[in-house]
Amino acid sequence: MTDSIKKATRHTNQNEGLIFEKSSPGKRAFELPPLDVPAADPARSLGGLHRGQGVEDFPEVSEIEVIRHFTRLSTWNYAIDLGMYPLGSCTMKYNPRVNEFVARLDGIATEHPYQPAELSQGCLRILQLLENCLLEITGMDAITLQPAAGAQGELTGLLLIRAYLEKQGNARKKVLIPDSAHGTNPATAVVAGYQVENIKSESHGQIDVDKLRDLVTEDVAALMITNPSTLGIFEQRIPEIADILHGRGALLYMDGANMNALTGVTRPGELGVDVMHLNLHKTFSTPHGGGGPGAGPVAMKKILEPFRPVPILVEKAGGQLALETVRSASIGKVRAFGGNFGVLVRALAYVLAYGPGVRQATEDAVLNANYIRKHLEGVFDLPYSLPSMHEVVFSDAIQKRNGVNTMDIAKRLIDYGFHPYTTAFPLIVPGALMIEPTESESKEECDLFIGAMKSIAEEAARTPELVKSAPHTTRVRRLDETTAARKPILRWKPPAAIKSSAPD
Amino acid sequence: MRYLPKSPAERQEMLAAIGAKSIEDLFECIPERFRLREALKLPGPLSEAEVISYFKDRARENSLGYSSFLGAGIYNHLRSVITDTILLRGEFLTSYTPYQAEITQGTLQAIFEFQTLMCQLTGQEVANASMYDGSTATTEAVLMAERLTGRGRVLVARSVHPEYREVLRTYARNSGLRVEEIGYVKDGRVDVAALQAALGDDVAAVVLQSPNFFGVLEGYAEAAEAAHASGALLVVAVAEGVSLGVVKPPAEADIVAMEAQSFGLPPSYGGPFAGVVASRDRFVRQMPGRLAGQTVDARGQRGFVLTLATREQHIRREKATSNICTNQALCALAATVHLTLLGKAGLREMAEQNVAKSQFALGLLTEIPGVRRAFGGPFFNEFTLEFPRSVRMINADLLKDKIVGPLALGPMYPELSKHGLVCVTETTSRQEIERFAEAVERILADPA
Amino acid sequence: MAYPANYRYTKEHEWLDAKDGVATVGITDYAQGELGDVVFVELPQAGAKVTKGKSFGTVESVKAVSEIYAPASGEVLEANGELQSKPETINSDPHAAAWLVKIKLANPSELDGLMDAAAYEAYIAAKGKEASA
Repeated sequence: MTDSIKKATRHTNQNEGLIFEKSSPGKRAFELPPLDVPAADPARSLGGLHRGQGVEDFPEVSEIEVIRHFTRLSTWNYAIDLGMYPLGSCTMKYNPRVNEFVARLDGIATEHPYQPAELSQGCLRILQLLENCLLEITGMDAITLQPAAGAQGELTGLLLIRAYLEKQGNARKKVLIPDSAHGTNPATAVVAGYQVENIKSESHGQIDVDKLRDLVTEDVAALMITNPSTLGIFEQRIPEIADILHGRGALLYMDGANMNALTGVTRPGELGVDVMHLNLHKTFSTPHGGGGPGAGPVAMKKILEPFRPVPILVEKAGGQLALETVRSASIGKVRAFGGNFGVLVRALAYVLAYGPGVRQATEDAVLNANYIRKHLEGVFDLPYSLPSMHEVVFSDAIQKRNGVNTMDIAKRLIDYGFHPYTTAFPLIVPGALMIEPTESESKEECDLFIGAMKSIAEEAARTPELVKSAPHTTRVRRLDETTAARKPILRWKPPAAIKSSAPD
Repeated sequence: MRYLPKSPAERQEMLAAIGAKSIEDLFECIPERFRLREALKLPGPLSEAEVISYFKDRARENSLGYSSFLGAGIYNHLRSVITDTILLRGEFLTSYTPYQAEITQGTLQAIFEFQTLMCQLTGQEVANASMYDGSTATTEAVLMAERLTGRGRVLVARSVHPEYREVLRTYARNSGLRVEEIGYVKDGRVDVAALQAALGDDVAAVVLQSPNFFGVLEGYAEAAEAAHASGALLVVAVAEGVSLGVVKPPAEADIVAMEAQSFGLPPSYGGPFAGVVASRDRFVRQMPGRLAGQTVDARGQRGFVLTLATREQHIRREKATSNICTNQALCALAATVHLTLLGKAGLREMAEQNVAKSQFALGLLTEIPGVRRAFGGPFFNEFTLEFPRSVRMINADLLKDKIVGPLALGPMYPELSKHGLVCVTETTSRQEIERFAEAVERILADPA
Repeated sequence: MAYPANYRYTKEHEWLDAKDGVATVGITDYAQGELGDVVFVELPQAGAKVTKGKSFGTVESVKAVSEIYAPASGEVLEANGELQSKPETINSDPHAAAWLVKIKLANPSELDGLMDAAAYEAYIAAKGKEASA
């Protein structure tokens, strides 16, 4: 087994319990400077509201214990800094370290959004430059940087559409969503107050334009399209799709999760898209950090501009920048303050590092995906054969004959030193393997990945049990998710509390 | 380009392996008329040093060197350098959402610890792994109450942060939820009589904030009783979490929506922060957001997984409890590291310092002729003062002393046109407080 | 597992056992197999009205949620409280101990359109062929 695994070996790593299990009264990790004003008795000023003993069961540990605790925990994680994440539609690219440095600068990290505009020109100029860069990249007319993530961007986009249609006299009832869409799309449509109508993809995995023509009625507000689709395939007929929608007074929303295939090569605004969101934590390199923060700016055509969330960045006479908090037609705010500014700083740093050469990143991303596709075609079933852009979707049909499914293959890939690809999505491919290497992978890493996948395919044919019981080399084996859902334990409790609660 | 690990020769090799003559071949799927012929007009490319230089220039155009007395939902607190030491570890910073539990036990255990700390702080039984911020957490808590009660009206105190209320209104407009506001009384707390009058059997939730936007601490007993008597849930928003080091948590609340920015996250011109929804065990299936749960692996070893995922968008799609996918995990990690560093004694001491410093500041400022305390209710580290003159004008003068003065409340509360919100934390030195008071006195003494 | 001959079945994999105008309803062995380990069940309370063809509850596994559709219309007399603490019964005994609700039938003629055991077994056999095609 070990001969075929070239990228990873087992290594001793430290065990570590919960921080609460290391706690002991009287230990301290942090000291404050002494008080330079007279002490005040909180019992006097707070009366019955006083929490006299501090937070019950809060940990009490020393500084080195905190350092060791979190350092040990970190060594249990896979990360981009360690190797490829072939996760489709996640765009797990390199998170440049200089971005972390600039986001932490005094004068950047320290600023309060309520401070006067004259003391915030630096922040406002950063916002303005990022707005302009993203407009140039998307080919749109206006933008909001407020949404905190892609899903919130989608919501903002749909609320903009609703506001626009309401102004026309009818907000309409339905949003069309392809069956290949990411789960946030239908979830968001519901939050925006629309009914979801699914539209089945045609035989090549693309939007079925004939079906669309039938489905677009005066009740339809918009179609939410992902381009390239979640299969990694460019929606060739997108201009036609836009025409059909516009012809009936509906709009075209584009989920920009797959912008890594388009940046610098084409512009959604020129394809007929009316409004779209970007995922800065995907295409624009801001770190995932275990699940966020992200940012989901929404770029739009002129017609939607009046409805943008407040505050809105404006340039006054003389070049001074300011934030306007009152706009009569605005949809309001989707979150407090202006947006995930720290994430926006990182995204701008990324754009500035590349400049006009950002197309090279897109080209390398598409090159890597096609290189991998070429080598794995025939080894894995390829359900849709149209050209791939930045990601490729296989299925487990061949391996399934031996009882090995996509989840098993993914778990075995862990033993080979990689994070799994996206399993079981998109829904239109049963047993999907969705692979997106991004431009950050060297040829060497791609070759190692290809080698691993070929080896696993062989194992699936010869020794399927090995694959089905993977992973074998991790700290923990497959975890019991059933009991975790049946009898959820969602917090630590002190031992006395556990003993005194009723037994199941 | 330094972020791209390919040599020209390798690109050629790979193209040859694919059977493509040039990279252009791989973009043939895009109709020719839509393929850009020229490079985008973007600034750059910048070397690392130039990137740093650009942002340092912007930093110099902001508020470096000024003292600030702003709070209003974003607070300056001491942060340890250790928080960044941990956050900048690549295994945390550049790791993905922990869907593959076997190789993300670090993230999952840290989330479990975060959930525990949030329960301990708020006195609730279960907490999620983070929402975008306090404002969206409050909105999600209200939507949760709507689902739990099946009712369509919400009563929100006017003393809840204006931006939180605005976000709620934006979301409510589309879910058919009716939002009504309840005023405040002389001491700055919610008008319980008005609340009682407004309650009915169609109210899903009553929303309070404590400390509220004026800095005043709400007592919950009466509001909770009134809400529960009519079958509504009590939602309490907490924008200043450090207060919980010395103030009793809202035990009567059914759902707490907290902003965790105060726990080790810099102000960063408004984000990223981390919101938390904490509630009772029996409501957990209606909670939005991710949850990390404890379990065992095939060998009986303790481990952690994301659980109760059927609530979420990737499974439930249009019937999900929320559309949230990406959350604020790294910010929650920062809060976890920060709070374990502070520990029980540290958080209590920090909170007590906030009380002492703000009491001291209040004392100095109310000695100034014409300046009076607006609300008599107990406070933590923020209080509202009434001035004899427009706060905007006073602040314009204070800027000359390099002081960012109190937040003028007039724009958000027209009836409070001469009022300003002052925030003092453990990071405000005595000297800064005395300088501020001295400057205000001087400015007010000048008849101009 | 055998499919009781005296039960009726729906295309959405519910079973129904009618006696004296009261129908006991559950999900079939095929359904529980497709779902995987059941972790949670959401059922209506006694007194709730259900309508034929409309969803009245859900059955959840770790990775999926299934709606349960009423095979006939009526009023819920009782929901199976055991399943709150032991949802796994649906996996081990879907046709008996893991009954979901008892319904007082509003319109017994609705049962005429349902499949018998033989028809249902043929139906799921065809589904099996479809899946491996």
